[in-house]
Amino acid sequence: MAVKNFGFSISRPRTIDMDKNNLRKSNEILRELPELQACIGCGSCTASCSAGLLTQFNFRKMHTLVRRGEYEGVYKELSKCMLCGKCRMVCPRNINTRKVVLLIKRTLGDF
Amino acid sequence: MIMQTDVVVVGGGVAGIKAACELCQAGSKCVLVERDSVLGGKLRGWHKLFPSFTSSSDVIEELLNELKQSNVECLLGSEVVYISSTLCRLASGTEIQCRAVILATGYNLFDARIKEEYGYGIYDNVITSVDLERMFHTGTISTLSGAAPEKVAILHCVGSRDEKVCQRHCSKVCCITAVKQAIEIKKMLPNSEVFNFYMDMRMFGPGYEELYLTAQKQYNVHFIRGRISEAAQLPKGRLQIKAEDTLTARPLIMSVDMLVLMVGMKAPKQNALFALATGLELQPSGFISSKDLFLEAVLTSVPGIFVAGTVTAPKTIGESISEATMASRAALKFIEG
Repeated sequence: MAVKNFGFSISRPRTIDMDKNNLRKSNEILRELPELQACIGCGSCTASCSAGLLTQFNFRKMHTLVRRGEYEGVYKELSKCMLCGKCRMVCPRNINTRKVVLLIKRTLGDF
Repeated sequence: MIMQTDVVVVGGGVAGIKAACELCQAGSKCVLVERDSVLGGKLRGWHKLFPSFTSSSDVIEELLNELKQSNVECLLGSEVVYISSTLCRLASGTEIQCRAVILATGYNLFDARIKEEYGYGIYDNVITSVDLERMFHTGTISTLSGAAPEKVAILHCVGSRDEKVCQRHCSKVCCITAVKQAIEIKKMLPNSEVFNFYMDMRMFGPGYEELYLTAQKQYNVHFIRGRISEAAQLPKGRLQIKAEDTLTARPLIMSVDMLVLMVGMKAPKQNALFALATGLELQPSGFISSKDLFLEAVLTSVPGIFVAGTVTAPKTIGESISEATMASRAALKFIEG
């Protein structure tokens, strides 16, 4: 007998569990590009982002999640980036944002 | 006993010492009254000063040398029970008649036990920024069991910007102190991980932003924007902390070996007593109001009473010392008529 679907499911916890997350990949990225740690979360990158105009893509949030060890789905999200480089021009901390995109994708792979 | 002098300086911290020195060097008579048995005030409890990592004992020594060379009469272990612009009465019954008063009575530290949710005084490894300075002084950072902490969380704004504990104001120096302390931990324990939980980073002074960048890039200190909501003790004295990582808009939990609370500056209760006795105006924070924030910052609403240092608001050591010079000049100008 097929189980009737009532439309309910169990939500996955949204909590970032820093004890379970493995920061090895994140530390690898930061070692290669320490300037990423200088991000002050101003959001200029996201505000100027061409991809962000048309989709939910949020570069600031993505690299912050990576730094917390939350890698799932990041590769796919970062694939929305068209590498136009506007974010790099506006970043007040002079972070090489295009390199951040490429480095994260290269390090994480299709997670 | 009745004494007579030109100016009474109340408080023997950095501002009081500097003000007394300046007055004497200008040729006026001055009595420095200090409640403690030693001079130096809160600075005695700090190890190194931001942003240059200058040893605080160097600063105290320099000031005390200057004091030795001036002709200041110091009354240690003397609590002031009454003050006006012409009279200062001590707990011992001594009365000092004067022509002007400089208040350099400073601040109190916020009592971290009031923020019960962080468990200071309850859990083993929850300490304050002041306790951490003491550890730096001894040269070892360790948990209660004696081990070096591998993961340390530093929480900004404990007792600052918090209306729940009647502390609406920003204590100003804690952000940069937290950055300084994070770097000091990393210098002593390079393999440790340090996480600073902040609401805003207020890097207001010269070299502060640079130090923040150094902490991020060179020392790999993690900065997470969000206030820790609570701490709970885990087995072996570890702590679980909860916060929101507001930049990813997700709740965050983490266990650490040590939680450092950056305690803020609180206006002492005696400010209200002074205000009642003299007519001095207080700010809503409880700190004493300056007559004018721009042109007469060291004057008060009462002629003859001057202020220097953190009696009016949280300030750095450097700011307090500079203000002491200004206050002594203003007092001299006042008594010379």
